[in-house]
Amino acid sequence: MVLGGDEPTGSLVRPYAVTRGRTRPQLEIALEALVETTARGRAGQFLGGREQKVIVDLCGGRLQSLAEIAARMEVPLGVARVLVADMAADGLLAVHEPTGFSDDPGADESVGTELLERVLSGLRRL
Amino acid sequence: MNSPADTSRVTSAKIVIAGGFGVGKTTLVGSVSEITPLTTEAIMTSASEGVDDNNLVPDKATTTVAMDFGRITIDQDLILYLFGTPGQTRFWFMWDELVRGAIGAIVLVDTRRLADCFSVIDFFEHRKLPYLVAVNCFDGKQMHDLQDIRDALQVSQDVPLMYTDARNRESTKQVLIKLVEYVLSMRRTRTVGVG
Repeated sequence: MVLGGDEPTGSLVRPYAVTRGRTRPQLEIALEALVETTARGRAGQFLGGREQKVIVDLCGGRLQSLAEIAARMEVPLGVARVLVADMAADGLLAVHEPTGFSDDPGADESVGTELLERVLSGLRRL
Repeated sequence: MNSPADTSRVTSAKIVIAGGFGVGKTTLVGSVSEITPLTTEAIMTSASEGVDDNNLVPDKATTTVAMDFGRITIDQDLILYLFGTPGQTRFWFMWDELVRGAIGAIVLVDTRRLADCFSVIDFFEHRKLPYLVAVNCFDGKQMHDLQDIRDALQVSQDVPLMYTDARNRESTKQVLIKLVEYVLSMRRTRTVGVG
């Protein structure tokens, strides 16, 4: 969605070489979505390429957001998004989407409120 | 969905830290983050109003927008991210993604350059994202009356406005708490109002 409308072509943007030029992820993943290596990812034999190994190692310990993966791999966000989406589609990673707080008419307000209360008490404990 | 409780509810949330260039956004993020603030870059591929010299790339301007962010583990299964936004509001592309689903925003203000945050405030109001204004008080000097700042920024009385010291962990913590309290109170009002 974010990349929609303008459809950048990979050939113009060299950082996308690691995704073989693809700039559109299979799955929209939020900046702050948490990524976790699955048992299949940990098994190792299903991994394709160095980048996948790096991501599996990175998300094998504590949860990492898409933004952290991009930052730690020193690749642009869009590149990390394509890589992670591919790996999630192959069952190598689990992606936990954030709880959105925007005023979507369909959003469940009670879920958001409960989470806000947890954030608040967490901040007070800091 | 009877998946095991330990990972099924893992989720995250984010708060946006906005303000003009050099106002101290990254300092504020770093004062409470459990990690040294990281930087991520998004390649923006769209029209950028002819500002960038991009003659090598016909028809499309590619711009790299960097943003700094930090992380606070609230609970094992709940992580809060603080994203410092690029000061330039012409990068609307990036802002949309940053703002989507955010709890709210902190507009960090330098009283010497109040005008730097006008467009940021406009944007949050347009997007109906709850925000508060934190006046970064360099050298600990509170040089202006908060009401004067409120008048100059033309923000309504409902919007929380407070002094902060972006370098100070406790001060930043209070700003974050204030924002979440504000968002919660807005929700409660709305629930009561709508019935």
